[in-house]
Amino acid sequence: MSEPVSALGGAVFDGAVKVTELPPRAMFSLKGDLASKKIVKAATGLTGVDLPGPNSANGAGENGILWMAPDEILLMGPRTDQATAAARLEKALAGTHHLLADVSDARSVFLVEGEGSALREALARLTPADLHPEAFPVGAFRRTRLAQVPAALWMRDGSAVEVLVFRSVAAYVFGLLGHAAAGGSLSHF
Amino acid sequence: MSARRIDGGRLIDRTKPLRFTFNGRKMEGFQGDTLASALLANGQMLVGRSFKYHRPRGIVTAGPEEPNALVNLGKDKRFEPNARATTTELFDGLEARSQNHWPSLERDIGVLNDRFARFLPAGFYYKTFIHPRPFWKHVFEPFIRQSAGLGQAPRHRDGDTYEHVNVTVDVLVSGGGISGLAAALAAGKAGARVLLVEQSAHWGGRLDDAPDIDGQPAETWVAETVAALTNLENVTVKLRTTHSGVYDHGYCLAVERLTDHDPLGPGPRQRLWKVRAGRIVAATGAIERPLSFAGNDLPGVMLAAAVRDYLTGYGVAPGRRTVVVTNNDDGYRTAFALKDQGLEVPLILDARSDPGPVAEAARELGLKVAPGKGLAGVSGKGRVEKAAVAAIDGSGAVLDELACDCIAMAGGWSPAVHLWSHAGGKLHWDETDAMFVPDPDKPPLGADGKAMVRCVGAAAGELGAAEALETGWAAGLWAATETGHKPKRGAGPKAEPDEETPIAPVWVMPRGADPEKRAKMWLDYQNDVKVSDVELAQREGYESVEHTKRYTTLGMATDQGKLSNINGLAVLADARGEPIPAVGTTTFRPPYTPLTMGAIAGEARGDLFQPIRRTPMHEHHERMGAHWEPVGHWRRPYAFPRSGESVEEAVNREIVNTRQNVGLLDASTLGKILVKGPDAARFLDMLYTGMMSSLKPGRCRYGLMCSENGFLIDDGVVARIDEDTFLCHTTTGGADRIHAHMEEWLQTEWWDWQVHTLNITEAWAQIGVVGPKARDLLEALGGMDLSEEALPFMSWADGEIGGFKARIYRISFSGELSYEIAVDAGHGAALWEACLDAGESLGVMPYGTEALHVMRAEKGFIMIGDETDGTVIPQDLGLSWAISKKKDDYLGKRAQDRLFMTDPNRWKLVGLETLDGSVLPEGAYAVDDSKNANGQRETQGRVTSTYYSPSLKRGIAMGLVRHGPDRMGEVLTFPGVDGTETKARIVEPVFLKEAGA
Repeated sequence: MSEPVSALGGAVFDGAVKVTELPPRAMFSLKGDLASKKIVKAATGLTGVDLPGPNSANGAGENGILWMAPDEILLMGPRTDQATAAARLEKALAGTHHLLADVSDARSVFLVEGEGSALREALARLTPADLHPEAFPVGAFRRTRLAQVPAALWMRDGSAVEVLVFRSVAAYVFGLLGHAAAGGSLSHF
Repeated sequence: MSARRIDGGRLIDRTKPLRFTFNGRKMEGFQGDTLASALLANGQMLVGRSFKYHRPRGIVTAGPEEPNALVNLGKDKRFEPNARATTTELFDGLEARSQNHWPSLERDIGVLNDRFARFLPAGFYYKTFIHPRPFWKHVFEPFIRQSAGLGQAPRHRDGDTYEHVNVTVDVLVSGGGISGLAAALAAGKAGARVLLVEQSAHWGGRLDDAPDIDGQPAETWVAETVAALTNLENVTVKLRTTHSGVYDHGYCLAVERLTDHDPLGPGPRQRLWKVRAGRIVAATGAIERPLSFAGNDLPGVMLAAAVRDYLTGYGVAPGRRTVVVTNNDDGYRTAFALKDQGLEVPLILDARSDPGPVAEAARELGLKVAPGKGLAGVSGKGRVEKAAVAAIDGSGAVLDELACDCIAMAGGWSPAVHLWSHAGGKLHWDETDAMFVPDPDKPPLGADGKAMVRCVGAAAGELGAAEALETGWAAGLWAATETGHKPKRGAGPKAEPDEETPIAPVWVMPRGADPEKRAKMWLDYQNDVKVSDVELAQREGYESVEHTKRYTTLGMATDQGKLSNINGLAVLADARGEPIPAVGTTTFRPPYTPLTMGAIAGEARGDLFQPIRRTPMHEHHERMGAHWEPVGHWRRPYAFPRSGESVEEAVNREIVNTRQNVGLLDASTLGKILVKGPDAARFLDMLYTGMMSSLKPGRCRYGLMCSENGFLIDDGVVARIDEDTFLCHTTTGGADRIHAHMEEWLQTEWWDWQVHTLNITEAWAQIGVVGPKARDLLEALGGMDLSEEALPFMSWADGEIGGFKARIYRISFSGELSYEIAVDAGHGAALWEACLDAGESLGVMPYGTEALHVMRAEKGFIMIGDETDGTVIPQDLGLSWAISKKKDDYLGKRAQDRLFMTDPNRWKLVGLETLDGSVLPEGAYAVDDSKNANGQRETQGRVTSTYYSPSLKRGIAMGLVRHGPDRMGEVLTFPGVDGTETKARIVEPVFLKEAGA
């Protein structure tokens, strides 16, 4: 079997901020009662990170749990042997009402890196979410939109945001991020 | 430079001369000039012609309220019509042209309209151009379009870039005058996140009118305050940024002009700020009102404050000999400024009989004041030359005549309450100051049900500096407190209060002016509306201010009546014999000033105009030269034309090949929604008309989905994955809509059912392998058993094929042997290529959506969006077989029992075969013999899908026809739009019987 390819083959844009399409990851959507011990245990057991609260995400390298909705999380991990990971999850979740789906290729992930306010300013050109450091600190995760498409933003650290979008609009979003990265300083953030 | 340039000019830098042209004539100005100040400095008073009468018009104002000085700016890729000269900052090489004249500004043929002005009253177009009907289109409209209109539409693509930016702030302060600065400082010091925007290029507003603040010159206080604000990390300050509108929940738009004043500068030209503000402080100042006297539109008649601005701001004297006409103290400030510059002020006409201390001060300076007097009118050829003096309460008998070249008119101030009013704030009439001011008891309400906007300073009717500072500071504290901050105690900035003698409102000058004079008093300069027009409208029954506005076009020009509205409604009130508040104002709507289409579009142009959704195989299709079809935001290959082949030929080849050999379809765009839970089967039984709970794991079933009103909204194949899990396929355009439909029912009606849904459309790439050799192709790829026994029709299986982990569905939409292979999207392109390779010896060819559509029509399969249009129920389409009779309920069931739905006269699906083999026109109607009340042919059916079938070598169509299924063999007539008729026979909607496996 061939290696899975990302939508844009690892495209890179270098401007006021740097935009890099990340290689494919394993991603699982898990819906259920997030207070359920089985669900928490399955999610944290696979990823090795704690269950995040609303509008936030916990991550360690490629592993992570992203809070998507009151009854939905997205689990992330390296793209190796998803089937085993999925089977392990299903086993841990047995007997609990839930939905688990391998959605590894449903989304594209862009790493957007920039120093100081440039990073927040570039993204503020596209998303209505409040990106002020007080409202969007490290670890914050927001499902929002970029211009005309749905997107999610994850503040990994002070100078890097991971942007998740549906795969079909990867080229559009890459264009958007390039346009936003080309703008000058707003002197706001 | 010009003789009109005098000493001073706070805003210009005389060491930096700039060259520009006006109508091709070379002129010079200075850095800091506006185009208007530079034109005036060059003696260019005439800047345009009026909209209707083509009267010569000059610069009236020094701000965004300017009605006359609109120019075509720039050329080619940087051409912009209707640019306001008064807010356009001068730059080197600026090119401006005046508008609305032919053949030239000085000699304009449209001025004939002026001669016939008495025949062009309010409502003239409505009254005159109605009959005879065809004349409007062929005679009147072309003539009016030629002679009317302002700037030209750009002919080139905009060469600039634009951007949007979103920010969330606690407090948005609009206006960088002293009141706004005080507000921003109060809120900023309290720790609130503040955005302060100022529309001009300078802080301080009407700085030259301000007294000392906190014991220092106002200019010093402003500079220090701006510096203090800039140093606060929680405060952003922006010049050249106009707050355009206030919308619900504190959402605001503001436009920042980044390089308008420096077109060669880097970066975007304009930036649209989308601001989510907790509270809004509107420190937007006030707009001076013109006075309505005969000839008040002559070039040289200007607002008094504008005359002052040109003197003190730009060192430009609009006139050498200026008559000041006023009804309040502020007009005197202009007289003093003129006197200060050594310019002549032959007379100050004050409508008030007892002007009080200010008149004394004027006399002490040696100025002549005429109390209780006004203008009977002004006259001159192309510009003001003479002013006639009259008693303010008389009918206009001329007492004296004065030679002059400029009139400074001061009719009082109207607070700029636009931002207060946009989201619903109400106004009340302040009798003493003769102005509409915000009614603090009726503010616009935010999401929390509390006031979200507060007006301060002149925008609140507080024209004095002391009150401006006080209200600004207080509003800053209010906004900070309301957004959760705790301001420290501390005094705000202070200035000495100024005592003024109250204004004496004058709506028509002189008050008893005769009709002839009233027909020469302009209210709306830009749309050419006069006092007589408003009075005529009232006489003709247009009592409401909103009706009068639309009948006369008062306030409907690009300046949106910033100068004319209050004067116009005062005239209307007078004509109705009612007080002004009884008439009220028209509605203030965003934007405050016009904004460019570029700013509205932002990044959304060219490649980023709209998101285009691409399947994992998109690039491959592109390389194959796909002819694309938009399906929602998706792009799908319509066909794959080969070199030398037309699109139509490609479609036919693809169909024939698929029916004879094997074709490949990129079906990745089909919606895929996972539904799981103990109640999933019960849930799907409610969603689909058919029975899904009886489906066995491993099997597929075609299903129809209806809205609760019974109408067919989507269709697709449902695969049962296991006892609790179903995968529902939707149409390409239906994925998001149907997922939302599912969630709506789950969250609102069946919230206690144990079901989860997830839209996994994008996780998969899906390829249809279709045709008699489909199985051969898959066997060539090698892998799982796909024999009839292992994978019968309408079943699915997980396995491996060609080295890909895949799920294969044995379903068909073409009548041919058909498999759909789903793999992780990341493998889609590789699988597509593997299929092409494996099928090469079998004659495999990709096919597009058109071939897909034709093949399904050949088999009589319906298509959502073709056979359905939101008014069609499954029963209309002969799909009763897909409706379960065993179920108690499903969405739409009860609606489909309504009388209208069971009416035997409903149009029903049939096939249509043209007698001559041609293809029926899309959407054609079958006519009846009878005619309706309008003499039109009645209809009895319509075409829903129509194609050329290469399999049958003739046109085939599907359509809805009254009693259709009972009328097999009858011939219907379909008139075309070109006068021809096509005859078609009603047949069964299955054209191709033999195909299938």
